[in-house]
Amino acid sequence: MVKNILTTLLALLISSLFSSQSFSGVLRVGLVLDKGGKDDKSFNSAAYAGATKAEKELKIELKYVEATDTNAIESLLRNFARKNYDLVIGVGFAEKDSMSKVAPQFPNVKFAIIDGEVSKPNVRSLMFAEHEGAFIVGALAAMATKTEHVGFVGGMDIPLIRRFSMGYSAGAKYIKPKINVSENYVGVTGEAWNNPAKSKELAITQYGNGADVIFVAAGASNTGVFDAAEDKKKLAIGCDSNQNWIKPGFILTSMFKAVDVAVFDTIKDAQQNKFTGGLVQFGLKNLGVNYTSDKYNEKLLTAEMRTKIEEIKKKIILGQIQVPDYFKRK
Amino acid sequence: MKRLIGLFVGLFIALLITFFAGENPFHIFSILIKSAFGSMYDLGLTLSYTTPLIFCGLSVAVSFHAGLFNVGAEGQLTMAAITAAAVGILFPQVPFPFAPILAFTAALFVGGFWGFIPGWLRAVRGSHEVIITIMLNFIAAGTANWLALKVIPNLNSQNPETAMVSNNYLFKDYDLIARIFPDTPANASFGVAIFIAVLMWIIIWKTTFGFELRAMGANSEAAQRAGISKNKILVLSMIISGMLAGGVALSEVLGSAGQYRVGFSPDYGFIGIAVALLANNNPIGVIFAAFLMGALHKGAADLDMETTTITRDFSRIIQAFIILGVAGQAYWEHLRTSRIRKN
Repeated sequence: MVKNILTTLLALLISSLFSSQSFSGVLRVGLVLDKGGKDDKSFNSAAYAGATKAEKELKIELKYVEATDTNAIESLLRNFARKNYDLVIGVGFAEKDSMSKVAPQFPNVKFAIIDGEVSKPNVRSLMFAEHEGAFIVGALAAMATKTEHVGFVGGMDIPLIRRFSMGYSAGAKYIKPKINVSENYVGVTGEAWNNPAKSKELAITQYGNGADVIFVAAGASNTGVFDAAEDKKKLAIGCDSNQNWIKPGFILTSMFKAVDVAVFDTIKDAQQNKFTGGLVQFGLKNLGVNYTSDKYNEKLLTAEMRTKIEEIKKKIILGQIQVPDYFKRK
Repeated sequence: MKRLIGLFVGLFIALLITFFAGENPFHIFSILIKSAFGSMYDLGLTLSYTTPLIFCGLSVAVSFHAGLFNVGAEGQLTMAAITAAAVGILFPQVPFPFAPILAFTAALFVGGFWGFIPGWLRAVRGSHEVIITIMLNFIAAGTANWLALKVIPNLNSQNPETAMVSNNYLFKDYDLIARIFPDTPANASFGVAIFIAVLMWIIIWKTTFGFELRAMGANSEAAQRAGISKNKILVLSMIISGMLAGGVALSEVLGSAGQYRVGFSPDYGFIGIAVALLANNNPIGVIFAAFLMGALHKGAADLDMETTTITRDFSRIIQAFIILGVAGQAYWEHLRTSRIRKN
């Protein structure tokens, strides 16, 4: 018995000395996820979904890693580049500084970053106009409310989430200038993205104070607000991915951010040698952000609301409505 | 030395588990070794994790010596780091050699103050320091976020971080360690951390204060009978503990980033508890324990990268097994000595 174990271990030791490395012609893509990880049901999940879809449909070789902290991001990006990956994708604004350092050192590697802008020739920056999407769902919330009171629950109190909140309340006030908008944040640390109990509490308080529609942008904490909506028979609005299915009948709509599409298209471009650096904007215009409508919420969104919201969308695209942007505030 | 046995047993068991995940334990081990020492770049990154862990490990160790459990190193280092950044932003005119010294002193002061609060409450009100420090961690996080995002934000970036401190505050140009490890956050604060560890060893084992501290931790009743002021020791040990955690401001803000970044710490304060336990609260041992924990933390990313089934969380599992191994070894020792005593 002992002898068997020893032989196995020895065999493993020897085989470890000759670690296999596959060299084939397929495109190799490295995906560096943010601290939230691939199961945050939010933008990391969406990026991961886009990449796995590409892995299946485009037959690329995908390797993903999750950052343990901010300092680790740089070494992960660098490691992928050193291993001659063809395309390295960074997810989240936290990777911006690291990528601006690493990308110039590896001019032959293609890079892409989501939610951050890096002006280097071999980097494609994929930016989303969250404020436009938030404005649309804010307008929908104002149309759906019966109490003239809507709420917002953000995850961690950071500028990106303030951008959601600002667009949302502007959208609500566009429909009903006198509407009451409550605003709360789950927390001030990274834990805020993963604390559904706290977000449920906040939502119950807001519902108790008279709000009847709550928009939540809090990563994995979103589910807490959906639970509260079900308990109190009120409405909630999801974020980032299409979350209508989580509590059918209680989720008015979701503010959708097409992170998966952006990732998939970037990989596809790299595969077909069409990759270009520079800034790619995703807004209402190219459906990079949008509200979602499917079988789970078709009864909640009335025909009247749909026509009105399409009008507002057109006005935003044409520039007739100026959506306030927290990033460009004075 | 005996702790090494526990350490290796823990590491061995943890690596064996990877076998069931379909990985080759030797391969995993070689990745970890390569990740820690593989190149100057890797070693530099490992040291950049080691430095704050030395500070936090010392912080927790000192409080343990006094019979206190400082769970608040995270809050203390947060307050110190934001203070260093705030000083660097608000007083840009201070000339070079004084600027970093000023910022570091301010950081230590605030870190010490953040340790003073639970120490004082414990001495005067008898409030348990574990509860108070945990609550202060959240207050620190909130205060630091508010300062970083509302008072001194970086207007050129959407990242949650403060503006850059004035160049006078950075000692990059004189930093030999940073030159040895280019492209990494490693910096001269590693040397400072080792110096402070040695200093703490002297204070704890060779001074009257250190003796009082240990006497209080070993048997508070007896120490009080011997004329040692309990309140003085409680408050002073927590102040020192807070200042030590505050040392992180040097490695993070003044040494590498040049700014306070929200969420920069991957729970250094809490890993510091493990470091102190592993080192048996010996300041010199803390250096090695911090290096080991730093290497494992760094290795997490590489394991994730090099293998298909092992994720970043696995390094936590290894850390847990090592702590269990060391604790188990200590318990075994305890059982053996008590048996000898009985006989």
